[in-house]
Amino acid sequence: MRDKVHSFIQTNYIFDEKRTVGDDEQLLASGIIDSTGILELISFLEKEFSIIFDDQELVGENFNSIASIIAILQRKISKN
Amino acid sequence: MCGIAGIIHTDDRHGSPSRKILTAMIHTIRHRGPDEFGIYRDQYAGLGHARLSLIDLATGQQPMTNEDESLWIVFNGEIFNYLELRSELEKRGHRFRTHSDTEVILHAYETWGNDCFNKFNGQWAVALWNSRERSLILSRDRVGVRPLFIHQGHGRILFASEVKALFADPNVPREIDARGLDQTFTYWSPIAPTTMFKQIEAIVPGSVRTYRRDGTHTDELYWQMSFHERPFHSLREASEQLREHLDRATRLRILRADVPVGSYLSGGLDSSLVAKMGRNAKEGIFRTFSLRFDDAEYDETSYQRMMAETLDSNHAEIVVSRYDIARVFPDVIRHTEQPILRTAPAPLYLLSKLVREAGIKAVLTGEGADEMFAGYDLFREAKVRMFWSHQPDSQCRPRLFDRLYPYLARSPQSTKGMALEFWKQGLSDAGTPGFSHDPRWRTTSALKRFFSSEIKDSLLRHPAPSILDSLPLEFNRWDELAQAQYIEIATLLSGYLLSAQGDRMLMAHSVEGRFPFLDADVIEFSASLSAGYKLFGLDEKKIVKEAARTLIPDPIIQRQKQPYRAPDAASFVGDKVPEYVEEMLSENALRAANMFMPKSVRGLFAKCKQKGSNDLFSNSDNMALVGILSAQLMFHQMIAGPRHDNNTELDFTTDINIFTNDVENTIQ
Repeated sequence: MRDKVHSFIQTNYIFDEKRTVGDDEQLLASGIIDSTGILELISFLEKEFSIIFDDQELVGENFNSIASIIAILQRKISKN
Repeated sequence: MCGIAGIIHTDDRHGSPSRKILTAMIHTIRHRGPDEFGIYRDQYAGLGHARLSLIDLATGQQPMTNEDESLWIVFNGEIFNYLELRSELEKRGHRFRTHSDTEVILHAYETWGNDCFNKFNGQWAVALWNSRERSLILSRDRVGVRPLFIHQGHGRILFASEVKALFADPNVPREIDARGLDQTFTYWSPIAPTTMFKQIEAIVPGSVRTYRRDGTHTDELYWQMSFHERPFHSLREASEQLREHLDRATRLRILRADVPVGSYLSGGLDSSLVAKMGRNAKEGIFRTFSLRFDDAEYDETSYQRMMAETLDSNHAEIVVSRYDIARVFPDVIRHTEQPILRTAPAPLYLLSKLVREAGIKAVLTGEGADEMFAGYDLFREAKVRMFWSHQPDSQCRPRLFDRLYPYLARSPQSTKGMALEFWKQGLSDAGTPGFSHDPRWRTTSALKRFFSSEIKDSLLRHPAPSILDSLPLEFNRWDELAQAQYIEIATLLSGYLLSAQGDRMLMAHSVEGRFPFLDADVIEFSASLSAGYKLFGLDEKKIVKEAARTLIPDPIIQRQKQPYRAPDAASFVGDKVPEYVEEMLSENALRAANMFMPKSVRGLFAKCKQKGSNDLFSNSDNMALVGILSAQLMFHQMIAGPRHDNNTELDFTTDINIFTNDVENTIQ
């Protein structure tokens, strides 16, 4: 799961193989992922992990870092 | 409106400035003034001029001199209050040979020295050569409507309206300045004196630089934006005064021309208002010009036509498609001479072509209103963030963003949630300089992840100057809106809107822009208003709307402000994209320019191509693709390309050579 998320963010937002993104690196606050670009991430996660996010889950704190994305994914998947 | 260039020798070893190089310099910027060309040379100085004749068509040729021929001038722009200054100077005994504003500058400088510039109400880039003292005086208007660049090295000073004219001299180095690139990917443009090129400086707007005979120089700010609130009895009283100032400013810009002046009509409040005032200033045919878009998302046709009907103007339109933007983009960048993060200048390049083909040489536009009277979303956004910062845990306060950006209320929850997360950052910095601009600068700076390691290393050694390090001493005494306005004027207005999107796009087709909202008196008036007259709650440009009432149709006053945008990344992907796009973003071209990491750019480009031209691009991807493509075009045209055309011959209608004792010894 972690690898898939890392790889997607690397390929679609960082565009740099040499630069690894830290699990706690701020993605939204830094402007790396913007409010329109986040749609791509959500769509990818929903498709890849066969989940649907509820509206109340779509808040910045759940997607601001790889660590928080992993956390919400784990919560969602364990619920299913 | 014109192009100027010059070479000054500050030591004796060079002989006199080369006629050949000076001619090549003027040749590269002949689009700025195709009507007549002039040249002046003496032992130490060469001045060149490409003229777009607007005032005193018969006798306004340049270079021009004073009574005793000690002071020579080349001048690009207009001094709109020149008749008033002329009569003041005549009372002091000055005799005039022409009817031009150019000659007024000469006599005004003789009389008042550097203080003359603060008396001018206009838009200018001017060079004065004092042949007796061997000093060179360079000045730009208050907010930087007209450009002026310099290079100094090896006992020579070169100046010109555009950088390409400096590069016409084979001794001027052509190299990217990483600091200019860094500023562009923060503020959207380099901030004067920094430019995109090493050893090339821009004269700072509102300043005058004086070079002495030994090549040393001093800079003096003759003007700086400064806010001093004064009381008004009511909004109505203040708006009536604005109307008077603006009406006078528009009349000056319509009547102080010996050719017809037209107007742009964007469909918005500002251009509609100045067009109406322009229409009222003069009898006869009034020409208006509008830009329409193939993409409905950007199109404002109905409002443009509504205003054209109100004006009873002779109206012309051009419809711009994504393909048109991609097609002209290399030419656009040849003129901007700097990378751009949006394609918005490209349609304006096509619009000025339409104007010129209609036989019009000067147009009014509404530029400047959003900065002077707080029209931008950025000002409203800063206000909401400030309000939110007082209670960061509040759930209600950030709901104001829905009022600010109605699309948010209609957006998927994810977009809204993430946008709030983004705006929430830095709330604790409320009250510090730059708070208003932090979201924009953060979004833009995130694109620096594409920079090559050489650019990053260079910036570690020589960081780009920050606008926050050069704020006026009184900055902290101004209210928050005034602070935000100051930064906006010093960055985006001057370096991008008036330059890359303004002067350069207009002058590409020999058209002069005239901006009533940037009149000296209108600026001073705007700086005297308290914040509430400009941004009333979240209602932008309150006083301008009030002043426009009864002059322009209500639907135009009441409509939601639409930012001027054009299709960005979508213009450069799809079936009909010109070949240069792939070429400029190829690994080879990226390596040659060495500004961006090739692999990263290839990854971005692949992502955009995969999305296709009809998909929605994120703001970040839009800016990245347009910014990188334009930087690549700039490099390959201005640095890797030829310095000038093979044939640079010009017919000079003014050709002055003053040499004593046969000292002419040029290096032609």
